[in-house]
Order: sequence, then structure tokens, then C-alpha cells
Amino acid sequence: AASAQFQLTVPIAVVFVPGSVPEDLPGPLPFRDVQEMEISVNLRTSTTSRYQTVYRSTTAEEEAALDVATAQEADAALHLLQDAPLGALTVYVLPETSSLLPQGISVYVGKHRSALVRAGGGLAALRVRLRQLTQVMSFTASSIAAALSDRVPDGQLGPDARRHLKSSLGYEITFSLLNPDPKSHAVDWDIEGAVNRYVQPILDKLSLVANFSVDSQILYYAVLGVTPRFDKESSSFLLSAHSLPHVINPVEARLGSSAASLYPVLNFLLYVPERSHSPLYIQDQDGAPVSTNAFHSPRWGGIMIYNVEAPAYAKASLPLDVDVDMVRVMEVFLAQLRLLFGLSREELPPEFLLESPGDEGLADWELDRLLWAHTVENIATVSTTLTSLAQLLDKIGNIVIKDDVASEVYQAVASAQSAMAQLATGNLLSAFQASKEAVTSSERAFFDPSLLHLLYFPDDQKFAIYIPLFLPMAVPILLSLAKIVREARQRTKEPTKLD
Amino acid sequence: RGGGGAMLAAPLLLLLLLVAAGPGRARRDALREELLLSPLPTGDVAATFQFRTRWDADLQRGAVSHYRLFPKALGRLVAALGVRELHLALTQGFWRTRTWGQPPLQAPAGAELWVWFQPTVTDVDKAWKELSNILSGIFCASLNFIDSTNTVTPTASFKPLGLANGTDHHLLRYAVLPREVVCTENLTPWKKLLPCGSKAGLAVLLKAERLFHSSYHSQAVHIRPVCRDDSCLAVSWELRQTLTVVFDTFASGQGKKDWSLFKMFSRTLTDACPLASQSKVYVDISPKNKEKELLEVTPPPASVHEAVVQGDKKTYAVYDLLSPSLFNTSRSLNVQLKWMRPQDSSELPTPILHAQRYVSGYGLHTGEISTLIYNTHPYRAFPVILLETVPWYLRLYVHTLTIITKGKENKPSYIHYQPAQDRRRPHLLEMLIQLPANSVTKITIQFERALLKWTEYTPDPNHGFYVSSSVLSALVPSVIAMKDVDVEQSPLFTSLFPSSDGSSYFVRLYTEPLLVNLPTPDFSMPYNVICLTCTVVAVCYGSFYNLLTRTFHVEEPSRGGLAKRLANIIRKFRGVPPL
Repeated sequence: AASAQFQLTVPIAVVFVPGSVPEDLPGPLPFRDVQEMEISVNLRTSTTSRYQTVYRSTTAEEEAALDVATAQEADAALHLLQDAPLGALTVYVLPETSSLLPQGISVYVGKHRSALVRAGGGLAALRVRLRQLTQVMSFTASSIAAALSDRVPDGQLGPDARRHLKSSLGYEITFSLLNPDPKSHAVDWDIEGAVNRYVQPILDKLSLVANFSVDSQILYYAVLGVTPRFDKESSSFLLSAHSLPHVINPVEARLGSSAASLYPVLNFLLYVPERSHSPLYIQDQDGAPVSTNAFHSPRWGGIMIYNVEAPAYAKASLPLDVDVDMVRVMEVFLAQLRLLFGLSREELPPEFLLESPGDEGLADWELDRLLWAHTVENIATVSTTLTSLAQLLDKIGNIVIKDDVASEVYQAVASAQSAMAQLATGNLLSAFQASKEAVTSSERAFFDPSLLHLLYFPDDQKFAIYIPLFLPMAVPILLSLAKIVREARQRTKEPTKLD
Repeated sequence: RGGGGAMLAAPLLLLLLLVAAGPGRARRDALREELLLSPLPTGDVAATFQFRTRWDADLQRGAVSHYRLFPKALGRLVAALGVRELHLALTQGFWRTRTWGQPPLQAPAGAELWVWFQPTVTDVDKAWKELSNILSGIFCASLNFIDSTNTVTPTASFKPLGLANGTDHHLLRYAVLPREVVCTENLTPWKKLLPCGSKAGLAVLLKAERLFHSSYHSQAVHIRPVCRDDSCLAVSWELRQTLTVVFDTFASGQGKKDWSLFKMFSRTLTDACPLASQSKVYVDISPKNKEKELLEVTPPPASVHEAVVQGDKKTYAVYDLLSPSLFNTSRSLNVQLKWMRPQDSSELPTPILHAQRYVSGYGLHTGEISTLIYNTHPYRAFPVILLETVPWYLRLYVHTLTIITKGKENKPSYIHYQPAQDRRRPHLLEMLIQLPANSVTKITIQFERALLKWTEYTPDPNHGFYVSSSVLSALVPSVIAMKDVDVEQSPLFTSLFPSSDGSSYFVRLYTEPLLVNLPTPDFSMPYNVICLTCTVVAVCYGSFYNLLTRTFHVEEPSRGGLAKRLANIIRKFRGVPPL
């Protein structure tokens, strides 16, 4: 693959509340400071992250906004004052004695692009805190490595890296209710309401990243690929973890995905087991039941098993009306959705407190994280696509590149370069948009129907056509060559005979 | 009086079913399934399956994306491409109208697709291309070969079957691929669109090895908007999946015309699809020759339905799979039909309208397409619309078009001709022809065969090139007055085509597809030439090479070759001195 040097610049503003300024500042406020960090992906791809920090003291408005009882209120008030661009972070350093943060918490990350940090331990300690904070709120070495996973040698990636969806211009989300036994269960779900209430807010937020379409379907007589094992002790059926990979295939054939679009599909399946197989539980590797009764498949989607309560069978006649509790289901599906997008919250030191995103479903800085990773991934994809195109052209010498294909290639290169430049200046939004344009152009050039290599007559077959000429012509040449060899051998033998 | 009681009981049962289904299930969509078994005059049996999914939602609004019974793949297609009406039929074999009578649904051999688009669609050709490509993926058929060379826009033959505000025919596209072979891989995706799949209900009979071991197999998908209720203020979408198959029971049953479900499908019915609101089997037991006790069906049907279908009074035995009494006595339903005495097949009733078509002429330069249209009605004349689609490589001579009825020229009252453009579009000829009572109308037109480029020949070009069936659409006058029927109540097989007034019924017929030979070059000739010239060149080269490289020297006479030694052995036996 082609080499690439990424430079990612994160603009950070560190704002000192009076009484929190460390003693050992190198100069009077405000002052600037740049720190660099190298992330090496492979021999030819490396990433430099630059943290461009501005240290200043609070304005009067900010002081007023921080003069509230709780961190949540401060976060909301500060949000009104800021208009930080995407990717930029603002860190407010509070005095050590501040009561804004709860006891034992020294870092609070809000819903937007700001964080509150309790002062203490001088500038060096503050810098460590800042580094931890930027890794939470923008990117880490592993998130960048996951975005460049195509270039990372196998075995060096963590298990999470291949779980995330590839960056794409759009995604289709399909919720499917599988009812393998419509004779005993008449299952109904209010998917429309649930999507509007729980999924749509997240997708609205993510609309900057890609186009999303959501639909749902109910599939009858769709069964899992494995027969669950009956467990006498709990009188329930069990699916063990190692059989889960075989579950999806027979179901997948019924899903009928993406006939009308080319975007990747995210499938979320809710499986109501047939009456003869319920209740059904998923077991993990250790044999313990999985509390959510759900599992996810990397880059594909998730499956949740929804059991119908056993006592309900006794009193009612078949088919049994089942109304799905959508809150329970959506909780699982949303967690899986975040996992697939790489938005799951990682393990943090105990003194960190992350604000839950609330109704919006997604914090601003989580969106930034996604944008950082996707921008890097898009640029890497463009470079791979164009490299493959170049390899194809090298292979077929007489291929015709039409003007529109050529202009798409130029456009892709220009957009990719501009995306790199914007990343280096810390303009996340325009970098992402340029990288999206670059992907579109490069894909359009690569998949142009005129570049189908089957359209070109291969050279080795031209040779085959002229075999009737070459073969008879080769016979006398080979015969005379053989004769020369024979004569030469005889000539070498003869002198020995004379002796 | 007993009949009245049954009539009263039926709605009561329906009401009970609705109540049992509960208030939460007062649903927006409904499924009906139906099987019609009709013995044909020749002794064959036609089985017509119909599955109708009605969805009370407006697909075109775009916001609707939650599917229950309606298949998601088709729903998305309709919404995304602005389709107003879609009719796709995949057919193997040819429906012999003359001997089998009028079919409930006919389709031309191969694949047929016709689509009405919404007026909001700006680029109809692009949408059509995209649609045929997607359908080709859904049904595993070669519909992606539909392009401008086989697509036409008929002006009169195809009217929307569902709700339509205007009939601007620019929004219509029609294409037939007569070469398409229909097989199991097309049936499987079709079955997958059914809510119950082939796991329950009538669809369990759809076993591929039986269905394709038949004289005629046609499967179709019809999507159209229909009225939600009588007031017609809201639109519902209807998906009708139909499958017609004709079994030759006469040949397979050792000369007996008796049949049963098990003999035909090697399965019997055990239950209805649990999602269906109606699941019925109809058996055509209409008396043919006024003698009633000619045939016998077992088990005895619970009820009998009488209707006027295509101008004929018909009697159907009805088995309702949802009625609990049906499976009381036996666990499965195996409808059997026995003929009480051998029926003389000498006089087959001829249908009022039928047609045949053939290609004539000799040589590979010109030819003639002849179409014969028969009107056997004793006293009524009626008009018929004929649609001919001829590929561009048969160049029609329009001045040779002659229409002759009873020895006299018959002038069409409407004619629409769109000439072909080479490699761009086919010929389209549409005519409205008046058929006098009891007459044969012969339509002939001459053509010249064009020479194709060598890449344009299909694989196996000596097999010939197909010309798709011509389409006849007519309102055939009925002998018996028909009543207006309620679409929601009447059997599905009567309700696809909109009925007009009571005096006539709509018929659409397809003629045979034609197979025309085109002048075909010898495709191996260039290679033969290469081989021959290469050999000549190589031989010349070889001798020159020998002359140039060989050294000549005088050789001592040796003991002689094999021939001389053999000769010496023989001489020794003969006692003659050796050579």
C-alpha cells in the first residue's frame, strides 16, 4: 500500500479559573504551547498528533457560568458561550477546593466539547490530565490504528479493531422481528414509535457522518441455524457461545438486504423462539447465561432473543398475543449500535466522570471521535483505491482512460490532499467533508464500467492464436538445435578416442 | 333454506375471527391465499395459486418503512423508484388457448415486465433500467438484459389495472424476453416473498420438482394501488403473487383423467397459513355437457360457489382451510376428482377469441409474419387491440401490411407504428381491428433480415432469434350477463382485471413467440484462415530453413535400410543370392 503521513491537530483551550493557575507556568497568561505525539501504524504509514494548546484565564461570562451548583448546570451554561468548531476542546481548570465536582472526581466530561478539571500538582500533572482527556474526547493510538486496520499487520490489532463498521457514505439499519412460530405467537412490536423515540435522535446527530435509512420487517418461519440444547436443571434451552457463529447464515438468506442501494446494512434481529424451544438463553464461554440474552456480530449487527413468559401459555389460547417491550429491546440494540460504530465507552480511571448524553443519544465529543477516525479511514481508503487503480493500469497497457475518469482521479487526489491539509490545521469538519468527496470520486473512477479489465484482450491469448504458426516453425529450429548439440557432443568425444 | 343459513354463518365466523384476533390486531395489512383447480377440456389440470397481500399504507409517502406482511424488498423498490404499478411474469411453456380455453391469467413465454411509473418520475428510462436490474437481482432472472432494444411504450394495449388518475402512456414501459428460461432459481425467491414462505398454507404444495414437471408454468408478481374501501378516499397497496401450472394428468395417469392433489404435487394440505385471513381451495366442477353427474370430488365440499367467469357460468367446489370442521375427520386435505365415465374429447369447446402466429417465407433474405385471429362468436363482432413488438434486425416493410377478413380487406380503425432504429429500439405496431362475427382475420407483414455485427450474435446463433409474442387485448362480449362483484369478497381469480359492464369481459391473449433464423456467419472461419495460412507459411519457412542450414555431403553406401534387409531375408528363404 502507498505510504501516508497523517498529521492530526487538535486545538485545545485551557481556561484557568482564578485561584487555579499553577505556580510553575513558563510565562504570563495567555500563552501558546504545542505538543506532538507519534503513532506508528506500519513502516510506511505514521500518524503525528499535535496538541495545539492555548492557555488563558476566564472571561467574566465564563466565571458567571461556572458559578452554579453542579457540573451539569455549568456544562449547559458554558455551552451557550462557546462556539467551538468540531474537534476543538475547551478545558476549564477549577481550583482544588471547588465544590462543582463531586467528591473524589477530578475530571468531568460534559455533553459538549468541554471538560472541567480539578487543579493540583502543578503544570506537569495538568499536562498528564490533558493527555488523558484528549484520548477520551478525540482519539487514541488504538482508535487511529483501528481506522487504518487495513494497513496494520495481522495480530497487532486488538479484538475491537475489526468490530467497527467501515466508513461509508451511508448506512442502512434494518430491524427484523423473527417469529418462527406464528401458530403459537402473534408477536407485535411498536417499532415505529421506538425508532422515533430512541434511534432517531442518535441518527440525527450522526447525519453529519453519513446518510442513514431505517426500516423494519417481520419475518415468519425464520429459524436459527442451530438447535438449542435442553437443560434439565433450569428447564430451559441454551445456546452456547461457540454455536453462535452458525446462527446467522440461514436467517441472512431471508433478510433480503439492500436490493436498492449499495450502502452497508446493519441488521438488528429480535428473535422470539418457537414455543417448543422456549425459554431460550445464550450462554457465554464460561457457561453462565448472558444477562441481556443478546449478542452482536462485528460489522453485521446484533441478535437479541426475546422469550415469552412461560405462565402466559397456560391461560390463553393459541396464538398467544405477544407485545414486545420495546424499551428493553432498544436498550440492547442501541448499545450494539454504539459498539458497531466504535462509540462504546471505554474503561476509565475512577476520578473521571462522563456525563451521559441524555435525550440526544450522543455527546458532541463522541461525534468528534467518530469524525477523527472516519476522516483518517477515508483518506486511507482513497489511497488504497487509487493504488489499486494504478496497479490495474500497469497490468493492462492499452487500457483507455476516459476524460471523466481522469478528472475523477484528479478530483480524488485533490480532495484527499486538502483533507490532509485541513487535518493538519485542525479543521475537522472541512477535513471530513473533503475526505468524503475524495472517497466518492475515487470510487466512481474505480468502478467506472469502462475500466473492466475483461473488456481488454489479454496478450497471452493473442499468442495462443498464433500457435499454428509458431509450432510448425519451431519444429525445424528445435531439430537443428538438437543436431548441433549432438554434433558438438560427438566432436568432444572424438579427441578422447584418438588418444 | 340451509344455504341461507350457511351464508349467515360465514360473516358471523369472520366476526368471531376478528374478535379472537384482538383489538391490537385490527391490522393495516391482510393476506389472502387461494388455489383454483380447473380441469381443462383436453384432460390436463390447471392449478392457479394466488396470494394477495394488501397493505393499508401509502408506499409513495416515503416515510413508511416498517413492513409486516408486505415484503421489504419489493416495498422499497416501489417507494424508491416511483413505481405505480408493476407486473412481472416468468413463464415456461405456452398456454394453448385453443385447446385449454381462456386462461385466468396468461403470460407470454419467457419473462414479461410492464411498469407504470408515477408522474413524479422525471427520467422514466433511467428508473426503468434501474428497476429491471434490481428485479433481476431479486428474482434471479436475466431481466438485466432489458434495454432500449426490447423496450416499447405501448399506447393502447396496457392500461393500469389499479387506481390511476391519468393514463399518460409515456410513464409506461413494456418489455418481453422470450428467450428467458424459467426454473427453480426463479421460484425460490418468489416463494420467499410470501409471508409464510413455503412452510405453511397453500404454499406447501409449491414443490419445484413437481411444478417444473409440467406442460406450463407461469409465476407472476403484480403490484398495484387499490381502493382501501368503497369510498375510495385512501389508497392501499396490493401485492398479488400468482402461479399457474398445467399438469398433463392424462399422460401421467395411464389414460385416466382422474387426479388428486397428492398425485399432482406429491403433498397434501394440512393447514392454512396462520397469517392469512382467508385460505380457500376452489375446484371447477362446472358441468360441461349439461349432464351433471360427470365427475365426483372427494372429500365432499362444504359449500359451492357459482359465478360467471369469462362469459361462462361456472360452479366451484369450495374448501375453506380456515374452517375448523375441514380437518376434523382427517388430518390433511387431499382433493380428488374422479370422472364417472370416460369423456369424449372429440368436440372441444373453442374459445370465442383465440389466435395463432407463424413466420413463413424461404431463404435468409426476406420473410413474412402472419397472424390469424379467430372470432368464433356466432353473432357479435368486437374490436381487438393487437400489439406487435419486432426486434430491429427484422426490418418490417410496413407497406406490405395486409389485414384480410373473409376475403376482404379490413381497415384498422386505429394504427400506431413506431419504426425501429438499428441497435436502439424495436418496431412497435399497435392496431385496433374490428373482428366480424364468426370470422378469421389474417394479418401479414413482410420483413427483411438484417446482418448483425459479429459480437451481436447470441450464443448458439443457429438456434435462431426469438420474436416476442404479440399481445391481443379485447373486451369479449359475454353470452351471459355478469354481475358486478365486490373485490374484497369474491375469489381472487376473478378480480385481477377490472370488470367493465355486465355485457363483456376483458381478455388478454398472447400468441406463440416466433423463432427466426438470421444469416449466420461461420464463426470459426477467421481461425481456420489463420490456421491455414500459418501452416502454409510454416511449411515454406521449414523448407527454406532446411535448404539454408543443411550441409550436403556424399555418403558411403551403407549396409542398407530395413527394406533391403527384409528383402535379403526373403531372398535367403527363396535361395536367391542377396542384393
